[in-house]
Amino acid sequence: MDVSLFTIALGAILVNNFIFSQFLGICPFMGVSKSTDTASGMGLAVTFVMGLASAVCWPINHFILEPNGLQFMQTIVFILVIASLVQFIEMFLQKSMPALYTALGVYLPLITTNCAVLGVVLQNTQNSYGFVASIVYGVTGGLGFLLAIYLFASVREKMEFSECPKAFEGFPIALVAAGLLALCFMGFSGLKIG
Amino acid sequence: MTKVILCFAILLVMGAVFGAILAFAAKVFAVEKDPREEAIAECLPGANCGGCGFPGCSGYAAAVVAGKAATNNCAAGGAEVAAKIAEIMGVAAGESVKKIAAVRCTGCGADHTKYNYQGVHDCLAASRLAGGGPLACDFGCLGMGTCEQVCPFDAIHVKNGVAVVDEEKCKACSKCVDACPRHLIALEPYKTKKHVAIPCSSKAKGPVVTKICTNGCIGCSLCAKACPKEAIVVENFLAKIDYDKCVGCGLCAQKCPRHLITVDGVVPEVKKPAAPKAAPAAAPKAEPAPAAKAEEPPKAE
Repeated sequence: MDVSLFTIALGAILVNNFIFSQFLGICPFMGVSKSTDTASGMGLAVTFVMGLASAVCWPINHFILEPNGLQFMQTIVFILVIASLVQFIEMFLQKSMPALYTALGVYLPLITTNCAVLGVVLQNTQNSYGFVASIVYGVTGGLGFLLAIYLFASVREKMEFSECPKAFEGFPIALVAAGLLALCFMGFSGLKIG
Repeated sequence: MTKVILCFAILLVMGAVFGAILAFAAKVFAVEKDPREEAIAECLPGANCGGCGFPGCSGYAAAVVAGKAATNNCAAGGAEVAAKIAEIMGVAAGESVKKIAAVRCTGCGADHTKYNYQGVHDCLAASRLAGGGPLACDFGCLGMGTCEQVCPFDAIHVKNGVAVVDEEKCKACSKCVDACPRHLIALEPYKTKKHVAIPCSSKAKGPVVTKICTNGCIGCSLCAKACPKEAIVVENFLAKIDYDKCVGCGLCAQKCPRHLITVDGVVPEVKKPAAPKAAPAAAPKAEPAPAAKAEEPPKAE
């Protein structure tokens, strides 16, 4: 049990990294990776929401959708759940944990439409993970996102000071760098645990 | 058919349940925001320049309401905004002196370089090189526009190798003051009276300055002696004006042998009796004619 959870965790962080091998959540990855501060804020918020969304979506899928044979409704139901969940978390944090609320800031509502969050809950059901495994996959998937966006933000901060051809300035060179990082992460795909 | 109905039913129920939870949460977790905070945020300029020292305009508004900030900290908004905020907070507005950024270099050192710089076009990068950058003057404007890049108001531009502040646009947010690796830029009170400025930062000794710059401060102290209010102090071969004491009489500008000191951005023409006195005192022979200087006055501001 422990070994398989570890496999799931390592897989989510490195081998099946949400950004670099599954290409989910590219929008915030490109959008808020200009500095390492905002990148880590976004990464933490994603980790937080991914874990919670996994925890909430699993019982809904297991106790409501599956018994009625309504798996085809997963996408729309999960979108509904995630959107409400993020709203709820935002209100809850603002009231009871203002420090965390200000730390996550604008990134929390942004995650509502982050496809990485939807991706993680859908994959939980596709891989038929249990409740604990779902949460582990959600949290570690978020950590993988955090790792990826932080690495990328560090690279972009360095790139600010390097000269590059006019046509490549800004997003084009960032996309090239993202591609190179993704290539690096391909190296993990040979990793085997067990 | 039953499945379709079931689909609708489940979605409807879930939507209703989540809606109810959110409506309930909105009541339970409602955070009471001070209405004054919103009112203050509304009359702030909204540029989020951070010149007040708080994270953005809303951060400043929150700080004012919390009593952590004065009502006149918004340099960009000036007295007008300060008065509005004071009205909202119900206190008297403190007097807010409008300031603008001033570049303390006239940029003539650009013609005197130690070596040919080919690196990144950025002052910070250039200033970290051996010898403190390519300029012969260790205190002069490198002219690569790091200040230009950080300015949120498009108010500072490099012209002829030296940064020049656009007085109309400058909101004194002091972003450029922090960005300049040579610490050339400072906030100065703007035209509260006649504005006298010494646009030089060179702490080098006189002979060095005369060699590499056409009008840099040589620390001769003539201006300090000329000042009736003792507003000018010469330290490390550089004259500085204390704007609390300066009355804007411009006598110092008359005496300056380097024709460096400006009054309202212009180097004043030296009145005839003052010129022969000042010239032999400290001015070296390599000095340009005063007429030539007067042609390029707006540089200094």
